[in-house]
Amino acid sequence: MRHMLILGGGTAGTIMANKLARALDERDWRITVVDGKEEHYYQPGFLFVPFDIYRMRDLVRPRRQYLPGRVRFILSSIDHIDAGKKKVVLANGEALRYDCLIIGTGADIHPEQTEGLLDEGWGRSKFDFYTPLGAERLARFLKTWQGGRLVLSIAEMPIKCPVAPLEFLFLADAYFTERGMRDKVDIHLVTPLSGAFTKPTSSRVLGEFLERKGISVTPDFGLARVDNDEKKLVAWDDSEVKYDLLVSIPTNMGDPAIARSGIGNELNFVPTNRQTLSAEGLEDVFVIGDATNLPASKAGSVAHFESEILFEKIMEHIEGRAPRAQFDGHANCFIESGYGKGMLIDFNYETEPLPGAFPLPGVGPFKLLGESAINHYGKLMFRWVYWNLLLRGVELPIANEMLMAGKQVV
Amino acid sequence: MQTAILGGKTLALDADGNLADRKEWNEEVAREIAATEGIAELTPQHWAVINFMRSVFEKEGDSPSIRRLTKESGVDTKTLYQLFPKGPAKKAARIAGLPKPKGCI
Ligand SMILES: Cc1cc2nc3c(=O)[nH]c(=O)nc-3n(C[C@H](O)[C@H](O)[C@H](O)COP(=O)(O)OP(=O)(O)OC[C@H]3O[C@@H](n4cnc5c(N)ncnc54)[C@H](O)[C@@H]3O)c2cc1C
Repeated sequence: MRHMLILGGGTAGTIMANKLARALDERDWRITVVDGKEEHYYQPGFLFVPFDIYRMRDLVRPRRQYLPGRVRFILSSIDHIDAGKKKVVLANGEALRYDCLIIGTGADIHPEQTEGLLDEGWGRSKFDFYTPLGAERLARFLKTWQGGRLVLSIAEMPIKCPVAPLEFLFLADAYFTERGMRDKVDIHLVTPLSGAFTKPTSSRVLGEFLERKGISVTPDFGLARVDNDEKKLVAWDDSEVKYDLLVSIPTNMGDPAIARSGIGNELNFVPTNRQTLSAEGLEDVFVIGDATNLPASKAGSVAHFESEILFEKIMEHIEGRAPRAQFDGHANCFIESGYGKGMLIDFNYETEPLPGAFPLPGVGPFKLLGESAINHYGKLMFRWVYWNLLLRGVELPIANEMLMAGKQVV
Repeated sequence: MQTAILGGKTLALDADGNLADRKEWNEEVAREIAATEGIAELTPQHWAVINFMRSVFEKEGDSPSIRRLTKESGVDTKTLYQLFPKGPAKKAARIAGLPKPKGCI
C-alpha cells in the first residue's frame, strides 16, 4: 500500500483529496489529510463581514464534510516535514511516512512582524479582516464608529488575494455613503506598491476608480512601525501617515511548520517549480495554493487552476508517464466595487489583466477590468460555487489555461 | 514598446520601465538609470546590493524581496531605504537591469 499525504485541508488540500480519491486505486493507495482546525472557512467571504453583508456563521462548514469517505482525516497540528526520511511529524510526535506528499498549508497574517502593530489598540483602533476574529471585531466596531480617518495599510507584499484591500475600500465607500456619513470619513490607502495594484494596466484603471470614489493613496510606503501614542504609521524613510481607524493587512507568511522543516524562504513559502509545482530540490513533494513561492496571486481561483495541473503531474509521476501538463500562473478574480457592482480580472505569469469580456470573447457575460452588476452577482455566486463545485474538484465552466480571446490589448 | 537611451545606445524597456534585455546592462547603464531615479552617485554599498540582486537573479530567475535583501545582503532595511528611496527592491532591480521583482503580486 502506498501513501498519499496531504498537509492542510483548506481550499487546495480539499480539492486535491477529492480529485485523487476518484483517480487512485483503493487497493494501491491510502490517502490522508492532516489539518489543525476542525472548521473550514470560506475566506473570500471575510471581506463582507465588516459591512454586515455576511455573518461569520454563514461562512463556516465542518472540514470533514468536504473530504471523500475513503480519505482519512487527522485533526492535528503538523510539527515538521522530514523530506530526507520521507515522513511528517505531528505535534504529538507521531510520524507519518509518505510515498507522495502535497503541501497545502496556506498563508496567514503575522502582525507581530511589524513593530507596534500588535501592541495596545489591536482590536480596538487597529483591526484586520483576514481572520474570522478580526473581521467580526471590525464589524462590531464600525456599527458605532462616528467617523474620522480610515487608513487601510498593506504592510508587505505578497498578500493573499491582492485585490481584497481595494475591494474593502470600495465597500467602505458604499457603506459610509449608505449610512449618510461619507462626509465624516476620510478613506485612505497606504501601500508599498507604486500604485493601486501590481500590474500596469489594472493599476491605472483601479487607481482611477479609487480617485472617482474620493479615496486617496499614499504609494511606495515601506511600513517600518506603528506609533500608538500618536496613532500614526511610520515608514522606513521616516514619512508618516496618521489614522483614527487602522485596517491592516499585516505581513502574510507561510506556516511556521515550513520554517521548522527548513524548506521555506524568508516568508516561509516553499520554493516551487513554476511549471510542475514540485518542491525545488525535494523528492516526491509537491506544493499547491498559498504555500508556494510562485509569482502567481495567492487566491482560491489560482489554487483551483493549479489543482488541475498538479493532478496531471501526480498521475504522470505515479504512472511514470512523460511530463506534459504545465502551469501558466492563471488567476481570475472578481473584484467587488460597491453599490451592487463588481469587476473581473483574468491574468497569468506573462499577461497582465486586460479589459474585455469573459469567459466568452465579445459576449461575456462578465466584463473584464470594467464595472457591471453581473460581475457582482458572479462574486456572490462564487460562495455557492466554492462549496459545491470548487472544493469537490469537479470541472468548472472556465478554461484552465488563460486565453487571450476576448481581451483587448491596450 | 518604450525605449531609453542608456550608455549611448537605444535600449528597449519592458511594461514596468525596466530593461527588457538584461544582457544590455553594464555599470555605465546602471549609473545612468540610477541618475534618472534621483541617485546621483552609486556608492560601494549601492553596488553591494546591486551585485547581490544580480547574483540571486542569475541563480533563481527572480530578484529578491526587501525582506531577503535585509536578511542576506548585509544591509539593514533602514539603510536600504536611504540607498534606494521609496522602494529598495523595485529600484535596485531596475538599476541592476533586472525585471521588477515578481514577489509583489
Ligand atoms: C479576506 C480574503 C479574501 C479573499 N478573497 C478571495 C477571492 O475573492 N477570490 C479568491 O480566489 N481567493 C480569495 N482569497 C484567497 C483564498 O481564500 C486563498 O487563496 C485560498 O483559500 C488558499 O487555499 P490554500 O489551500 O492554499 O490555503 P487555506 O485554504 O488557507 O488552507 C490551509 C490549511 O492548512 C492548515 N494548516 C496550516 N498549517 C498547519 C499546521 N502546521 N498544522 C495543521 N494544519 C495546518 C490550515 O488550518 C488550513 O486549513 C481571499 C482570502 C482572504 C483572507
